[in-house]
Amino acid sequence: MSEQRVAGTAPLIQARGLTKRFGTFTAVDAVDFDVQPGEAFGFLGPNGAGKTSTMRMIGCTSPISDGTLLVLGMDPRTEGAKIRGRLGVVPQQDTLDNELTVRENLIIYGRYFGFSRPECARRADELLEFVQLTDRGKDLVEPLSGGMKRRLTIARSLINEPDLMLLDEPTTGLDPQARHLVWDRLYRLKQRGVTLVLTTHYMDEAEQLCDRLVVMDKAKIVAEGSPRQLIERYSTREVAEFRFPAGVQETLDGQFEGLGSRIEKLPDRVLAYADDGEAVVIAARERGLHPETVLVRRSTLEDVFLRLTGRSLIE
Amino acid sequence: MTAAAMTRPTQASPWATAGRVFEHRARQYRRLYRASLFGSFGIPALFLTAMGFGLGTYVDRTPDTVLAGVSYVQFLAPGLLAASLMQTASFEATYPILGGLQWNRIFHAMAATPLEGRDVALGNIAWITLRLTLVGTIFAAVIVAFGATRSWLIVFAVPVAVLTGLAFATPIMAFTATQRTPDKFAQIFRFGLTPLFLFSGTFFPIESLPTFLQPVAWLSPLWHGVAVVRALMLGTIGDQPLLAAVHILVLLAITFGGALLAIRTIRERLKRG
Repeated sequence: MSEQRVAGTAPLIQARGLTKRFGTFTAVDAVDFDVQPGEAFGFLGPNGAGKTSTMRMIGCTSPISDGTLLVLGMDPRTEGAKIRGRLGVVPQQDTLDNELTVRENLIIYGRYFGFSRPECARRADELLEFVQLTDRGKDLVEPLSGGMKRRLTIARSLINEPDLMLLDEPTTGLDPQARHLVWDRLYRLKQRGVTLVLTTHYMDEAEQLCDRLVVMDKAKIVAEGSPRQLIERYSTREVAEFRFPAGVQETLDGQFEGLGSRIEKLPDRVLAYADDGEAVVIAARERGLHPETVLVRRSTLEDVFLRLTGRSLIE
Repeated sequence: MTAAAMTRPTQASPWATAGRVFEHRARQYRRLYRASLFGSFGIPALFLTAMGFGLGTYVDRTPDTVLAGVSYVQFLAPGLLAASLMQTASFEATYPILGGLQWNRIFHAMAATPLEGRDVALGNIAWITLRLTLVGTIFAAVIVAFGATRSWLIVFAVPVAVLTGLAFATPIMAFTATQRTPDKFAQIFRFGLTPLFLFSGTFFPIESLPTFLQPVAWLSPLWHGVAVVRALMLGTIGDQPLLAAVHILVLLAITFGGALLAIRTIRERLKRG
């Protein structure tokens, strides 16, 4: 975890043996990671992997059970309020006040940080512009679409000009167009040098936004690197996907052996990993395999996850 | 977003941070106050007319040693004032609190900023205090307009009635923070508040109850509140000042105990997410 490090700057987040337990259940099991200033850092993993618990510990809303955690150089146990004053938090579930207008939601949130009312109003207008909601400022929150509410939540999290943004599943539940609008805004923040920490179970989101990420599964970090590094390390350049008519795949035991460097059998298809996917397809035909459809594609983080855990990200 | 020139506020006092929660609640109320204030006039006027004058006409015909020359509407008005603040307080400590924790989750939004559980609890208690003061003042004004008070000490009866309400609000708020659904609220109202409303000396002196039941009134915060509010409005507070002080102390103790508990349960709830 070194290539992003800027000389002479301390990490914004440093976790060692970080653990969260709820009774006998361990949600986060002794994880280590650093987040450097200016980078976009992701936690990729399926639901229940411990991503949200990790985020809530970083956000100083959930106390750590074990290990050490430093956020912005401070200890959440003793300086929680001070740390939170410098964070911008986008929670997984919207926490907007439906009884107030869009603009009022921003102003009142700024007041939580102790900014003066005129200052809050000025920032609110600036942020509405940034998330393209200026014309909805006087409307109540309730009729807004899911994507607009997300953008409003992002605007809200920026009201204190945070040093560090925490985004928990920022686009879960949004339609593709709304997701791209959110990504676009996050990408702009990244270009401005805002440090982003996000969780996601979408590999495309992780690939689009993250400079570096950790893969989480069952409360542990199972791999760490940039999206490209992870793909290089844990997968091949290409993947050939074979789909067979119903019932056929089960009869083909053993016939894939030696195709590509690795075979992964999913319930609905067979994946053959190779640097040259076309060559694998030709080899399969020569063996007399007759798949219904064949697809050759580049490896993604989904393949990395499958390799590391034997399961898909979204089940 | 302008650059680093921004002024970052330094650590604020607990008063200031709780004040921000209060400010949020006040901002929400700005949308509702017209309808809400209208109701605050209407309910007492209706009750005093129906019970005080309607029912009171019959009661006043019967010579009674307990009421001792006090008209029924004058006896009833203090009870209604205290009981009405009990109900307002209990409502404010249930649905809006559960809403902020469970439905729109705005209290969780607060906990992600420099604010914390204590601020959420105290800010809401402060807000409820203001709400009760408004409702209580209007109620008292209606009572005066109906000629149902005997003493100018009604001015002090309002804060005592507010305190009575708070003695319900803080423990109920502490309970609300342990709930995920409003299912048990109906039980609080039905099996908790309604009996208290009926048997705390609101409509008739508890001396009319069977002797063995009378000590039970001591367990009712409403009875303590009604006793002092009535003594103030009838101008008899000077008769037993020590007893009045005990009543007030009981209400203060419940309010503070409830507030400490509410801080704890809200804090725990916000930690759990």
